[in-house]
Order: sequence, then structure tokens, then C-alpha cells
Amino acid sequence: MDLIVSTDRGLYCAAGDFHIDPWRPVPRAIITHAHSDHARFGSEVYVCHRDTAPILRKRLGDVTIETATYGQILTRNGVEISFHPAGHVLGSAQVRVVSKGETWVASGDYKVESDGVSPTFEPLRCHAFITESTFGLPIYRWRPQAETFASIDAWRRENIAAGRASILFAYALGKAQRLLAHVDAELGPIVCHGAVEAINALYREAGVVLPPTRLATDPRTAIRGEHKRDFSRALIVAPPSAAASPWLKRFGDYSDALASGWMQVRGNRRRRGLDRGFALSDHADWPGLIAAIEATGAERILVTHGYTEALTRYLREKGLDARALTTAYGDDEDVGEGEAPAEGEGGAPTEPEA
Amino acid sequence: MKAFAALYRRLDSGTSTRAKQAAMVEFFAAAKADPTQWASAAWTVYFLSGGKPRQTAPSRLLWRLAVEGSGYPEWLCAECYGAVGDVAEMLSLLLPEGMGGEEVSLDVWMRERLLPLPSLAEEERYARLKQWVEELATDERLAFFKLITGELRVGVSRLQVVKALAEVASVDEGRMAQRLIGYSQARRIPTAADFEALIGEVLRAEAQALDAGKPYPFYLAQSWSRPIAEMLPALGPPSNWIIEWKYDGIRAQLLKRGENWRLWSRGEELISDAYPDLEPLARALPSGTAIDGELVVLIPPEHEFATDSLDGLAIFASLQQRLGRKIVSEKTKRELPVAFIAYDILESEGRDLRTEPQHVRRALLEGLIERLFAEAKMRGERLPIRISPTVSADTWEELAEKREQARALTREGLMLKARDGAYGIGRRKGGDRTDVWWKWKLDPMSVDAVVIYAERGHGRRSGVYTDYTFAVWSAGEEAGARELVPFAKAYSGLSDKEIREMDAIVRRTTLETYGPVRSLTPTQVFELGFEGIAPSKRHKSGVAVRFPRMLRWRRDKPIAEADTLDALKALLAGGGR
Repeated sequence: MDLIVSTDRGLYCAAGDFHIDPWRPVPRAIITHAHSDHARFGSEVYVCHRDTAPILRKRLGDVTIETATYGQILTRNGVEISFHPAGHVLGSAQVRVVSKGETWVASGDYKVESDGVSPTFEPLRCHAFITESTFGLPIYRWRPQAETFASIDAWRRENIAAGRASILFAYALGKAQRLLAHVDAELGPIVCHGAVEAINALYREAGVVLPPTRLATDPRTAIRGEHKRDFSRALIVAPPSAAASPWLKRFGDYSDALASGWMQVRGNRRRRGLDRGFALSDHADWPGLIAAIEATGAERILVTHGYTEALTRYLREKGLDARALTTAYGDDEDVGEGEAPAEGEGGAPTEPEA
Repeated sequence: MKAFAALYRRLDSGTSTRAKQAAMVEFFAAAKADPTQWASAAWTVYFLSGGKPRQTAPSRLLWRLAVEGSGYPEWLCAECYGAVGDVAEMLSLLLPEGMGGEEVSLDVWMRERLLPLPSLAEEERYARLKQWVEELATDERLAFFKLITGELRVGVSRLQVVKALAEVASVDEGRMAQRLIGYSQARRIPTAADFEALIGEVLRAEAQALDAGKPYPFYLAQSWSRPIAEMLPALGPPSNWIIEWKYDGIRAQLLKRGENWRLWSRGEELISDAYPDLEPLARALPSGTAIDGELVVLIPPEHEFATDSLDGLAIFASLQQRLGRKIVSEKTKRELPVAFIAYDILESEGRDLRTEPQHVRRALLEGLIERLFAEAKMRGERLPIRISPTVSADTWEELAEKREQARALTREGLMLKARDGAYGIGRRKGGDRTDVWWKWKLDPMSVDAVVIYAERGHGRRSGVYTDYTFAVWSAGEEAGARELVPFAKAYSGLSDKEIREMDAIVRRTTLETYGPVRSLTPTQVFELGFEGIAPSKRHKSGVAVRFPRMLRWRRDKPIAEADTLDALKALLAGGGR
């Protein structure tokens, strides 16, 4: 029997009797990262990287959490479990499982480009690699992130020159902080939506340096002697769910944009009806996926959520033993961001409103 | 090419109208200042205003480039195409990074490179394409492939192009719109002189426009779809309006300048040759006249008739039989004679009348047609022209009742034109303005139908299942065995949110995939509206509907309760066209 299999409750390791990122309540859940499609409510014990714990607690409330650092080996029923950087968001980890000389790695979500906020993805040699495939088509090839941040800054300068606010929608956990760490903070004040500001605090506590941010209601934004506030130089970072909501009214004249890997394709950009779309993702692009898979040296590849079929077939044609693995990932928050195609096939994102 | 590609990227990068406007103004102003750029700028205007050269490389060469250039198997390229929905964009995302070479102007790209491409042998064409792609910078690729596939829509309307050019040339929008007419005709090769004529001195450009027999830009109506109760407060009493029927014909402008006459369609195509029936009318018109109206098939009665008599008006299907024919036989002219229903006059004795109030223009038009009729009668001739009759009533409610007769009269509804309004340009977004033209169409016919197939859309709907085939039941629920009979395809009427929901449902309920089409387990019912219905031998259902679109998602309705073919066919008898 395989060391890790997909069950109706999640990925399961029978030898060690634990689940990885289960989508239903289980006794012992190993968590790769705190996005809500990977970390769901109801399990008895959660095991995750130290930096994931505070976020998990914020999202799931008072649950039982055991933590580990990167590389630290936990042993259970003779099975070794360890966390290794996945480069996706703060605390995100690949889970390495070793039993009787056989090594499996479950990637969770990952990206290979270093984002300067979370520890860089670390390739691990293994016999079997369970990989995501969110952007598993060759059209997804990210520009170097410096270029994307430069275009975001340029967009913002245009807005400042025109006297309007810049509203940038980005997923509250991970993407938002990555943006904050890289945009030009000298251009003007940075205002964050409450959902983003809450995660910022956790990042700062974990030692990540972010520029000063404030809430929309912060008195420093007020114009002296008036009831109005001035956001004309501000960058406002908000989750995509705030798009087209009344919360935006306070910002007066603004230009809006979304930072998401799906913005690579014009159709997705135009469907959103926003002024701009920046292709920036915390998931690996196609070259990233292929490089990561090759680096593991694994002879068996199990492909989860995303363009599963396309990536599986491509790997098989290259002579690897690749199979699709059905999971329930990629249909929760990531979709809110517009970052997950419909389950198990090469379509476009279904993008329900977040 | 770099400047054009940069403009294309700017226009394409977002949805903000003001940003697009600024980008165009900047581009044209820079071009204006540098005569060496005029030819390329002329091409830019051509593309942005809807011009389409023929495709210079066939799809199979582009696909070969995708497969050989990327090194990926064909099926994977097809997957990519599915996610992108556009060959040009797929290629620009799929091919390896470009190096960027010498700058070649858009004009040279078009005239010396792309347009001659079709005359070369296949291998030579492929070799050139391959080499060009390597020489282009990555960020020039999308615009380049778009030049080849000829689909350069970047979400700018013609009116926006007119505005930008008008600003750069410092002329009013009306003049610019007129200068642009005919500019984007197929197979045209724009030149530096064309751009100069657009942005150059007024007199010269106008003289050219008149010589060319160009029409005035058409004034288009907005849809009035608010309830009757809101008409009085928003529009005032009906007496403020000139009210006419809305015809189901071809909108056209008839021009007579000197001895020459021309008939222009709303799509700015010159269609005089297809309607030689109008020759006697054109001969009778005084020089310096432009009239706006509708082409219809009208079989004149034997007896005497008034200038506004529509006796003998045929259904649209009759006119359809004349569309697309280059040579019109005597038989066709006899059996399907066309006439011009005039409803506006834009030029008289060479004078532009567009700023005159609607009622003044109407009076002039009536006078002209009375005179033409009288003169023709003396010659023993009957002219194929009528004046569009007016419809009057004291209240909007009374008008609404009259509007109901439209379907039986083979008309689409009513037109409301402000008595004091000028003749504008294009379609104005009026809001509460009262000087616009409103079309007040009949409510569409509708049935509740079931979605049974879905296809992916294109453009901003690319990659998402947005085009659906609808079916009704072959018999009522009481019949034991019955099946769903497809009768229409529709893709409009849903919000973006609803599209995303439907896309998810399509993926979840797919039975089989045939190329781009998926057959579905029927689960969803929509109220499908359409403008007309006619018997059809081509369709399995035996009917063909016009302009089908989704009016409402009937989430409340189980598929068993969708309408039947009999219910659909009953609409045929009820005044369908």
C-alpha cells in the first residue's frame, strides 16, 4: 500500500496514523499552511510549522496545536515527519514523511521564486512527490517579480498624479504582505483593510519587516479641520471580497487593480471589470512546477488541485509515473482570489464571489 | 511597431475609459508631430476603428508555430488555447522569450511583410513567421499576432477613437466622425495622406470628404426599457416627441451630390449597387441632399397612395432574401422591390441641417417628399420612397396600447424623437437627457427552456462556458416518453457572477465532450426571450427564433416544467414573424 493515500477525509498516512490537510475532521491533522482550504475546522490536534500556528489560531479559534520548526523531525509509530519551506506564505511547508527507507513529500501549495517574505522553497529528494498544479499550463510563466512590482508602482504614480487613490485587491494572507514588502512605501501612506491588517500583525510578530500601515479609519488620514479624509496618495490593500462593496465608497476617486496569477490571461482580467490586473502569484508557474518536480528525483508524482490532467499527462509522456490525486483543495479562499481552476481539469477558474 | 505595441498594451491593460482615452491622445499627438510616423499612425487608426485586413497567415501555420516554437505537444497547446480562448494571445504566452531586434515601423510591417505573406509558398511563409517572432521583443508579440489574426479589438469604441482624434486635431467630434467614415473598410491600405487628412487642416479634409460622397455619422437610438409610469416624469408628455414606428429593415443613408448618388449602410458599407431599385428615386432627388431612413421590401399597391402609406410592407425575411446578393436580377426587383422609408433629412441644398430641431427637419423632409411625389406623378412615375408615418396619442398609456399592434404590423415597436433635438453622433449615453432618440421596443416573446449543451466563449468570456444551447420538451409532462428538442443558442443576458456560477455547473454536469462542446445532464431552466419566430425547415425543432437571449435564470423551476414545442409553436400563430 502507498505510504500516503487520498481518502474521503483527506490525504492519509496509515503507517503514522495522521492526515495531511484534511478536508473533514480527523484525530491528527498535519497542516502545510493556514489558507482555509488546507486548514479546516474540526480536527482534534493540528500539527504545523511554528509560524503557521498564530494564523491558525486566528482562523480556527482555540484549537489544540503542536508546532515544529523547519527540518525538525517528529516521530510517530516509527514514521518520521518534518516540515520544509514551501515558499508559499509565512509558515508554509512541504511535509516530508519517511517510513522504512521510503520518502514521500506532500508539497501543499508552493512557489519556487523567493518572495523575500517567507523562507524560500527547498527542493527535497524523495521517492514520491505530491504536487499541486494550480498553474499547470505552459502559458503560466511569471515575469520576474521585480518587474511586476515596478508596474504596480508605475500604476500608483499615475494615480497619484491624477489625484486618485490606488486600491489593490490581494489575498489577505500572503499576497498582501508580499506586496507590502515590495511596493515603494515612499510614494504615500499605505492603508489596509481590517482583514489584511490582522494578518500583518501576525507577520510582524513573526519578525517579518513590513512598511508602516494603517486602517482606513486611522485619524492620520483625516484632513485637518474637515470631516473628509484624503486618500489621493494612498495605496489601499484589501481582499478581493471587498471589490464592489460599500467599504470602497470612502476612498473617493480611485483606480482599482487585482494581483493574482489568473491576471496572466486577458479574458480573466477583463471579466473582473477592474482597471488593472497584475499577474502575481504565490503558486509556482509552469517552469517552476516542472523544475520542482525534477529536483525531487522522484519516480512517482501525484498531482493534486489545478490543471491536474494536463500536468499528469505531460509528466507521463516524459516517462514519469504520474497520477492524478483527487483532493478538495483549491475551492475555498484561493478561489475567492480567483486562483483555482475547476476541479480536476484544464478549464478556467470558476471564481465564485469571495 | 514598438509604439503601436506599447499603445496596444496600454489599451489592453485595463478597463478604465479615461486611461484609454489618454493613451490614444498621447499616441496620436506624438504621431502628429512627426510626419515619418503618419503612415503607421494611419494603420493604427484603421485597426482601432475596426479595420480588419484579411488573415495573412492561416491558423494551421500559427498552430505549427505554437507546437514547434514552444516544443510542447499539440494536445498541451490545445489545452492552453482552451484556457486562453485566443490564438494570438496563446502564442504570445507560450513561445520562448524574444530577443528584440531592429525597430520596423507598423507601416512597413503591414505593407512589406504581412500583406505580401499570402502570395508566398507555405514553407517560406512559415520560415519568415518563425524568424520574425524571434526578432520581436516579448512584449511586442501579442500586438504582432493580433495583426495576423486581424482581431484587434481592445475595448475602445469607435466613438472613443473619434474623440481622441478630434482632440488631437482640434476639430469637433462630428467632423472627425465624418472624416473617419469608410476609413476602416476591408482591404483598404491606409497611407500617410489619410492620417494627414484626419488631423490636418479642416478645409482640405472636408473637401475630400465631400468628394468621396461620404455620409454623416448615423445617430443611434437608446433603448427605453423603464416602466410606462416613469415616462411622463422623465420624458414629459408625448407631445414633446415625434413618434414613429420602428421598422425591421436596413438602416441606410441616401446621398445625392452632383449627379452621383450613394447608399450607405449603418455599418458604413457602400451598398448602392445592391439596390438599383432606388435609381429613379435618386435621379429625382435634388443635388446636395442626404436622407436617413430604413430600407424595406415594399410591394406598392395598384391604387393611389399617400406619401406615408406603408401598404405592401413585407416581412424582414423578404429583405433577407436580397441581402448579400451582388447582382440583382429583374425578377428579384419585380418580386422583392425595395423602398426607402425616410425619417430624417441631414442635408438640403448642400447645407448641413443636423443642428436644426427634429421638427424642422421633419417638416423639410415632408415638403421634399410631397414635391417628389407631385413631380413623379406628372411624369407618370411612382417613386420607391415614403415618409415614416407618425403615431400620436395624448398619453403614454394610449401609446403603449398602440405599440402592441407593432407585431401584427411586422414592426419592432416605436421610436421616440425629441421634437427639439438635434441629429447627434453615434449612441449617446443619455441618462435622463431628453434630446435623444429612444427605441421603445415590444417586450420579447419568451419561453422557459433547458440548457443542454455549452461551449466556451471568446474575448472577455474566453475559457468560460458562456454559450448555451436551449431546448424545449417534445411533449407535455403527461406524455410518457418525451425528449428535449434544441431550438436556439444564446450567450447574452447573464451577469459575470451568473456566468461564473453557470460555468461551474457546466463542468459539474458534463456528460460528454465533443471538441469545444459539452453535452450536459439537463438541470438548468432559463426564460429565453427572442424578437421573432418563423417556421424553419433547417432546424429539427421546425422553428427559428431571432435574437435569442437569456432574460431570467429560473432557478425555481425544475426542468420537467420547462415549456413544450407546442407552446413555442403557438407563438408562430400569435403574430410571430
